[in-house]
Amino acid sequence: MELYKNDTIAAISTAMTGSGIGIIRISGEKSVSIAEKIFHPGKKGKKLSEQAAYTAHYGMIKDGEEIIDEVLVLLMKKPHSYTAEDTVEIHCHGGVYVMKRILDLVIRNGARPADPGEFTKRAFLNGRIDLSQAEAVMDVIQAKNEYALKSSVSQLKGSVMKKIRALREQVLYEIAYIESALDDPEHISLEGYPQKLCVKVDNFLKESEELLTGAEEGRVLREGIRTVIVGKPNVGKSSLLNVLAGDERAIVTEIAGTTRDALEEQIRIRGLTLNLVDTAGIRETEDVVERIGVDRAKNMVNEADLVLYVVDSSSVLDENDEEIISFLKDQNVIVLLNKSDLPSAVNSEMIQERLSKPVISVSAREETGIEEFADLLEKMFLEGRVSFNDEVYLTNVRQKNAMEEAKRSFERVKESIEAGMPEDFFSIDLMAAYDSLGQILGESVGEDLVNEIFSKFCMGK
Amino acid sequence: MPFLEEYVDVAVVGAGHAGCEASLACARLGLETAVFTVSVDSIALMPCNPNIGGSSKGHLVREVDALGGEMGKVIDRTFIQSKMLNVSKGPAVHSLRAQADKAEYSRAMRQVLENTDHLQIVQAEVSEILTEEGHVSGVRLYSGAVYHAKAVILCTGTYLRARCIYGDVSNYTGPNGLQAANHLTDSLKSLGIEIYRFKTGTPARIDGRTIDYSKMEEQFGDSRVIPFSFTTDPESVQIDQVSCWLTYTNEKTHEIIRANLDRSPLYSGVIEGTGPRYCPSIEDKVVRFSDKNRHQVFIEPEGRYTTEMYVGGMSSSLPEDVQHAMYHSVPGLEHAKIVRNAYAIEYDCINPQQLYPTLEFKNIKGLFSGGQFNGSSGYEEAAAQGLIAGINAAMEVLGRDQIVIDRSQGYIGVLIDDLVTKENHEPYRMMTSRSEYRLLLRQDNADQRLTPIGYQVGLISEERYQALKEKIRRIDEEKNRLESRMVGASREVQELLTACGSTPLKTAVSLAEILKRPEIHYKDLAPIDPSRPELPQDIIEQVEIDIKYDGYIKRQMKQVEQFKKLEGRRIPEDLDYDQIKSLRIEAVQKLKLCKPISLGQASRISGVSPADISVLLVYLEQRQTKKHVDE
Repeated sequence: MELYKNDTIAAISTAMTGSGIGIIRISGEKSVSIAEKIFHPGKKGKKLSEQAAYTAHYGMIKDGEEIIDEVLVLLMKKPHSYTAEDTVEIHCHGGVYVMKRILDLVIRNGARPADPGEFTKRAFLNGRIDLSQAEAVMDVIQAKNEYALKSSVSQLKGSVMKKIRALREQVLYEIAYIESALDDPEHISLEGYPQKLCVKVDNFLKESEELLTGAEEGRVLREGIRTVIVGKPNVGKSSLLNVLAGDERAIVTEIAGTTRDALEEQIRIRGLTLNLVDTAGIRETEDVVERIGVDRAKNMVNEADLVLYVVDSSSVLDENDEEIISFLKDQNVIVLLNKSDLPSAVNSEMIQERLSKPVISVSAREETGIEEFADLLEKMFLEGRVSFNDEVYLTNVRQKNAMEEAKRSFERVKESIEAGMPEDFFSIDLMAAYDSLGQILGESVGEDLVNEIFSKFCMGK
Repeated sequence: MPFLEEYVDVAVVGAGHAGCEASLACARLGLETAVFTVSVDSIALMPCNPNIGGSSKGHLVREVDALGGEMGKVIDRTFIQSKMLNVSKGPAVHSLRAQADKAEYSRAMRQVLENTDHLQIVQAEVSEILTEEGHVSGVRLYSGAVYHAKAVILCTGTYLRARCIYGDVSNYTGPNGLQAANHLTDSLKSLGIEIYRFKTGTPARIDGRTIDYSKMEEQFGDSRVIPFSFTTDPESVQIDQVSCWLTYTNEKTHEIIRANLDRSPLYSGVIEGTGPRYCPSIEDKVVRFSDKNRHQVFIEPEGRYTTEMYVGGMSSSLPEDVQHAMYHSVPGLEHAKIVRNAYAIEYDCINPQQLYPTLEFKNIKGLFSGGQFNGSSGYEEAAAQGLIAGINAAMEVLGRDQIVIDRSQGYIGVLIDDLVTKENHEPYRMMTSRSEYRLLLRQDNADQRLTPIGYQVGLISEERYQALKEKIRRIDEEKNRLESRMVGASREVQELLTACGSTPLKTAVSLAEILKRPEIHYKDLAPIDPSRPELPQDIIEQVEIDIKYDGYIKRQMKQVEQFKKLEGRRIPEDLDYDQIKSLRIEAVQKLKLCKPISLGQASRISGVSPADISVLLVYLEQRQTKKHVDE
């Protein structure tokens, strides 16, 4: 990430819900020309660049010939916009899928996915946000970055992460080889190397291609609200889950190898995607093995966007519940009082005395309370109380973008080899690819190269 | 007790490659300068390899020269073989390396010092740095004499509490058995300066008469030698050159080493200093790269008037008897007589993160340092830092702005920025991979990059500066001419292209466009470019590189633009990082320690994230605007 970049950035600036209006915001010098490429006004409509500022325009967003959505486009000129830069807002008919398609299109046409907190940062640096708010601005930037960093890693599927890491290591090896030879030409020769590298770069290209296709098909990244279900054993978590998910329940655990992947499933409620992690029933225990399970559950709760705490309303709260409640205090929690069809031993007041979070009575057996739950979920989401926001999806866009950058760099290496350029030019683009791959993993370059050179190659003197 | 008291402007401690450049810079800028050395006979000594330059180090020498330093000029007068390395690769990694006549080099540099006004050489050991209220005020010698000075430059090289070791023999001496400086470390520590202990090593020297060269491959210099200095007449360096020789270690050598590893002070733990990974001893190479069944050995002359030969590639700290056996196992060295044993040397140096990029100590005004004392290695790295420390000490005394060479301006900038910003746990060597903008930082354009700075400082003459401006004007003129001169798909053009192994034209293009093809060179185009002016080789070279690599160069220039914005964002010295709540704790700690001068420098500190930099940026912006409003 670089500061002071004055290129054009884009992001989805409304929560990713399944309904309402979705806004894609583009800011920077090229925002109008980018929007113009994908926006098609009605028959008599003028081009966007010929329109006056502060006007709204009706038309279609098209990807080639295909109509994506019917939209309203708002034009704002610097300095009178949120960022004090030329800004275009595309208001579309919401829907996660549509918003993503439009953002992708905007990025393909020359915008860059905004860095975490970048709109706010630009607004501040351009004098649009009051000085007294500087502290809040700094907090937003740091928090969003931390969130993005966390989600960039947690959202990559384990096996994909492994692949990217392996690819990155191979790239580093080649750079180190070239650089060693440049630094110590009398010990390490590059005779015949370009031909060998060409074969390797073909492989790098193939692998990045596969990773990108995977990203398109959703096999690389998870998106959704990270939701953890907690509760003592036998409170009815699984049956409740079945009812909540209805027919849309989908098991997405095809990738073996990491426990985290294996435990997860994805469900949709009112257009919202929940990535559900079912923890083992939590119970205070002295047993070491089980204790690890409890600790793990606590960690999962800490990383979650939303926690569903299931309580059996037919049996009294005990110290196990107290233990669970103790680590839910700072989380986004919905308490589900299950088994409301049975005689009640616990009511919502008793819960709220201990944990001031919304409580809903449900019955998995009679399928009651489900609508209320869905209403609440949607409300929390729209109000932004659930912290899952544009940042998560944007992280994905950034990762995909970085993968595309890496691929472009590999293509450049290939062009350089084919054009007969000297070897030192290869390492420039290989390094760019290495950097891009690192961005996906949230890792910077640092001293990697020098360390690799010294550890793998025997230098002179 | 009465003692000698003298007054100078600048005191330079040490007369190695850093000390020479530092003291020359100060004296040439008109300041009364005293340079202290433990032995006048060891001024500009080359205690290890007998060459100057090499990959990326050659760049440093060129840059020192472009700024008005001395190293390039002296090696041009005293080299005995010269080679441009990497000529088959891109222009950015071409690098000059010259074998030096060590004694001649040392003598020639001493002569320059002796003939420089305002410069006095003093043979003495400096034992104490004197300060007054956080500002350096002079040095005290071991004899008790005091030299009052407005600035002091520490260039102690490998002499501080030096210890030479091989096998179980260890001597508290500097390189080549010279007297170590044993007192200064305590004075530095009492000033709050953090001291590291580093280690390096050198191979044996062998009597050339006892070497069987018939078992080795001869290595010649270039037939057309290119000088280091931009001021040297190229004709003056076309001399008779001497040869170097190449041979190899073998399994027997490695067996001898492996069988005696337990007697190596490195492995027994006698040596505590941290050694460089890029310059491993032969025992290190054998252990770490056990799959290699041979290692190269370069036999290089130490001078024209000595039979001593340097055994490049076989530095060691093994016991004497093992060294003999090991060297004798190498083809051509079977009967070699060893003149000087190989040894490892340990010495005190500093954690260079205590320095600003100007090479001034953050906590002591007027105290500067350069060279191996700063944790680097190599003659060229030392000279480069010595020059910058010298210039800035002079600027400080003269009340002028100090200079910082940044990473986009030169390898010198990369070297110093790495030293003062990054954590460094071994002697630092320049490497071309450390430079992110190396297409712009070529050895061939060091004058264009840095001579204007040398001129502004006062180390470059008006005449030399005007000549550079004229050179740049002619380069631009010729580039413009080639860009505007169109050629069509005539028979003559097509034939010429085909003859050069290139594809024929489809439409008319400019000559510059044709020159972009890797297989076409400027001279090839002469027949279809009848109106071309007569130009010297150095100008043609610049024109050709600028045009041929235009795409890559433009890309790097764009990156530099971004880089400059961050470098230009200064961080006030009094910034209280604890006040900035959104910074992560780790970042606060690192920033407090490093005290970066700019956001750019801050962004290169490990442990400071891009988000921290954004936060810092917002904070600085707010602070600045607030100040503005308050005023």
